[in-house]
Amino acid sequence: MPNQLPVTPATTIRMPKDSNMTLIDLANPTRFLSLTARILPWLAGATAILLAIGLYQSAMAPDDYQQGATVKIMFIHVPNAWLSMFVWGVMSIAALGTLVWRHPLADVAAKAAAPIGAAFTFLALVTGSLWGRPMWGTYWEWDARLTSVLILFLMYLGLMALWRAVEDPSRAARAAAILTLVGAINLPIIKFSVDWWNTLHQPASVFRMGGPTLDRAFLMPLLVMAVAFSLLFITLHIAAMRNEILRRRVRSLQMMQASQRSA
Amino acid sequence: MTTLAALVRRDIRIALRVGGGALIGVLFFLIVVVLMPFAIGPDLALLTRLGPAILWLGALLASLLTLDRLFMADHEDGSLDLIAMSRMPLELTCAAKALAHWLAAGLPLIIATPVLGLLLNLDAGATLAVALTLLVGTPALTFTGMIGAALAVTLHRGGLLLAVLVLPLSIPVLIFGVAASEAAISGPLSFGTPFSILCALSLVSFVIGPFAAAASLRQGLD
Repeated sequence: MPNQLPVTPATTIRMPKDSNMTLIDLANPTRFLSLTARILPWLAGATAILLAIGLYQSAMAPDDYQQGATVKIMFIHVPNAWLSMFVWGVMSIAALGTLVWRHPLADVAAKAAAPIGAAFTFLALVTGSLWGRPMWGTYWEWDARLTSVLILFLMYLGLMALWRAVEDPSRAARAAAILTLVGAINLPIIKFSVDWWNTLHQPASVFRMGGPTLDRAFLMPLLVMAVAFSLLFITLHIAAMRNEILRRRVRSLQMMQASQRSA
Repeated sequence: MTTLAALVRRDIRIALRVGGGALIGVLFFLIVVVLMPFAIGPDLALLTRLGPAILWLGALLASLLTLDRLFMADHEDGSLDLIAMSRMPLELTCAAKALAHWLAAGLPLIIATPVLGLLLNLDAGATLAVALTLLVGTPALTFTGMIGAALAVTLHRGGLLLAVLVLPLSIPVLIFGVAASEAAISGPLSFGTPFSILCALSLVSFVIGPFAAAASLRQGLD
């Protein structure tokens, strides 16, 4: 429970170097800030290195015998599409944290993830559209996979609108949590849309029964890019969460100041 | 059970009397359908082809328009707090309120459909198909829309926010509602498949809608 956490001022907290960090310690926003301040540069560095390796491998990957060089769009498109769903999954877990434990850090995690997820979804749609033009002969097709991802994008935007519409952060968090959990129904629909309906979009070719159908020359850069994009999300998410925590502290300080001035 | 029946009766009475505003939805439906020929042009063959889609779109917008009355009026005069404090589980209360709302605001839309079908040059069979799919599909719109209405009332924001939250959730209902009507009218796909999916969407919304709305009210009304 957030109320029972130590309420020491931020300046006096010194974490022992050899202390056993448990997950519950992370739940304290101050400890979260001090810990992430230490690991964030490493995460950013790892992201940059992996992205560089992945991009190099993607550029060096052979052309497809049918698709030519356009197959390289896949190395950007597929990680973005995976992340667009993964981020909603992260927000759903955070939503459970908000509703069950009413924990402010879960609120912060959910709020910080929404714009990042919307960006990934938007990039997946744009790269897919650019890929569709030479391959399918059209930028857009109203088939099940494309439509369900578009709905996901609209729901991200609706969620961001909800966060912005309400002043009280904890009230907004609870409302957004319920909407996030309802929207999570869309995730399996996106995943299985290519199996349930006849679509222009190709069926799953990496995570499927009987192993990937993708050739090794394409699979390796794709997996490296997927890991790099996941690290990118984690880095951006932690940075955004830090900003949000600091923003809330500024807000409460301002409100304290305002109430003192009026008193 | 009698409590729930009393709640349904009360809600329907309030909705149908002066100040209730349930029947404004039908008027809005009529106006949307009448606007379409002005926008598209009075080409009867084209209107026949677009008819099911126009009727579904009109019904969707009309049901969206009346949604914020679902909890707002009761919240304004305080009776929502009394209802939430009663011994009935809040989920059942929400389901009853949604049922009453559908009977007062959704059913009139379906009754009006045959008349509006005439304006769009639909024959009797096509009108019947659209009315049938609306009968099965509009409860899903009400029950998923109830989640948005509950969020809106706890946040003291209605209107545009409600529409932005609810419309993405209603897209599947629209897709399969129109697909079923088109299948019944012109084929070549079978009517059964989209119609069954439409039924399934309604049943799923009966389960999820009351729980999510009740959770939202519980979180927000304290």
